[in-house]
Amino acid sequence: MESLLNRYRGLTVLLVVLFAQLILVAYQVKTDHDVRLIRVWAVSTMLPPARLLAAVRTATTQFFSNYFLLVGAKEENRRLTAELDKLKLENRYLRSELGTAERAGPLSMFQASIPSATVAARVIGAGSGVNARAVFVDRGSSSGVKAGMAVITPDGVVGKVTAAYPSASQVLLIIDQGFSAGVVSAKEHVEGIVKGRGGPECRVAYVRNDEKIAVGEWFYTSGEDRIFPRGLPVGRVKSVGGDKVYKEIVLAPSGMARGLEEVLIVTGAVHQSIPDEQPATATAPLLPPPITQAPAAAPAEGQPAKPASLGTDADRLLEQYKKRAQSRGGAYGDNPEGLKPAEPSGGSGQAPARGATPAVKPPVSPSPPKPDAAKP
Amino acid sequence: MTEFSDTVLWAGRGRQKRLRIHAWVMLLFALAAILFQAYAPLYLSVLSYIELPLLLTVYLAMTGRSQVAGIFMGAGIGLAQDALSHDPLGVLGIVKTLTGYAAASLGVRLDTDNFLIRFGLGFLFFVCHEVLHWVLRRALLGEAVSIGILSTFLAGVVNGALAVLLFHLLDKLRENG
Repeated sequence: MESLLNRYRGLTVLLVVLFAQLILVAYQVKTDHDVRLIRVWAVSTMLPPARLLAAVRTATTQFFSNYFLLVGAKEENRRLTAELDKLKLENRYLRSELGTAERAGPLSMFQASIPSATVAARVIGAGSGVNARAVFVDRGSSSGVKAGMAVITPDGVVGKVTAAYPSASQVLLIIDQGFSAGVVSAKEHVEGIVKGRGGPECRVAYVRNDEKIAVGEWFYTSGEDRIFPRGLPVGRVKSVGGDKVYKEIVLAPSGMARGLEEVLIVTGAVHQSIPDEQPATATAPLLPPPITQAPAAAPAEGQPAKPASLGTDADRLLEQYKKRAQSRGGAYGDNPEGLKPAEPSGGSGQAPARGATPAVKPPVSPSPPKPDAAKP
Repeated sequence: MTEFSDTVLWAGRGRQKRLRIHAWVMLLFALAAILFQAYAPLYLSVLSYIELPLLLTVYLAMTGRSQVAGIFMGAGIGLAQDALSHDPLGVLGIVKTLTGYAAASLGVRLDTDNFLIRFGLGFLFFVCHEVLHWVLRRALLGEAVSIGILSTFLAGVVNGALAVLLFHLLDKLRENG
């Protein structure tokens, strides 16, 4: 028997184990009771590794989640940065365009107001060389620009085109020593030739000593050089000196007074008249001094009160009364026969004395001057 | 016996003698397999078709070549699986006990280093395991469970292929250990 068990030991053990498990299952099914102890052991054994596994899984999931989140954030950051850069560039471009439009406004108004045909151009570069006073503009022969054409701004003469390329032109500035143009003074119409000095100022040459030129006087193009149309402002006299024959007139050129960014190239010159006064665009016109209300002198007995100004409706009405009285051969305030004198507003019943203040009284204090009255 | 069958049945015996698995390594592998079986399908339901504890039981029983060891190994793994399930204790224990005994019995007769043999054993043991489990649940527990023939067959193929990979990996671990 023992040898039999040893020979079939494996099978015997198998049967025993199977039987034990069958009993276990049968017990659980029959009594509907669980073998809690074995489950507790199993769960207690499996729980720590399971927790560890879950923790590792959670950590791994969070790591990759955060990683991909960061990758997304990085990508979004890169996209937003690129968008911000683009918007910055666009903003800068729009600001530049706005500035250009603001500058081009007066230029286009001036362009429309002058009779000469012009082409607007933008200064895109300076000429090479230390002493060269030349710039490049973005209009060339394809826009009708030719060498020798005048270059101006609303403030005055800037220079002239020395070379025209297909899409750009070189402009010799008025302050260059090689520049010259015929000019004429505003008051006495003294003619001369403006030349550059290489600095910020110009000089007017060939003006004789006996000519009258005052400091502050304006010079305009004379049109004699056949380049610049007559009547363009050139500059204002800064100082006047001279030798025995010719005056030494230093001129402050007005064309570049407000910088040099947009210019007009005169493609079809038309002469203008020389204005007698300072060009309107050179500087802002100054308003006349405000009218101060002087203490009104007491009107003499029998004389109507003289209005301080004619700026109000009352003044004009008073003036009309005076004219009407003069047209009837009388004076203002004399009531013709047959007419009842005007009742005073106080209603006292007493007739007004001759020469008393009329019904339309002059204003006690004049109204502020109207804008058109302020113009010089 | 033919020359081929001699090769298949006896060629691996000498090598297997040299390879011994420490008890703690077996325990560790068993824990890992049960953990995998208990928790992996929670996150990927397809993994429920992989019966890793069964494959490990087969491998350990075959390499141990001891029927008694295979019986207790199978019973232990099966009872642990039962403990982690909602079924009464002993159902999977009986199935794994029989599997361990059969694997240990075959391990001393077959060349378990052969990939084809390993695939066949993996497939065969999986199908038998599923059928036996189905029978026990119907017979002992009275549950009206069904078994899908095609799904069981396909799962058997997958487990056979996995057995080839797993047994090879475990061989490497044993040789390095």
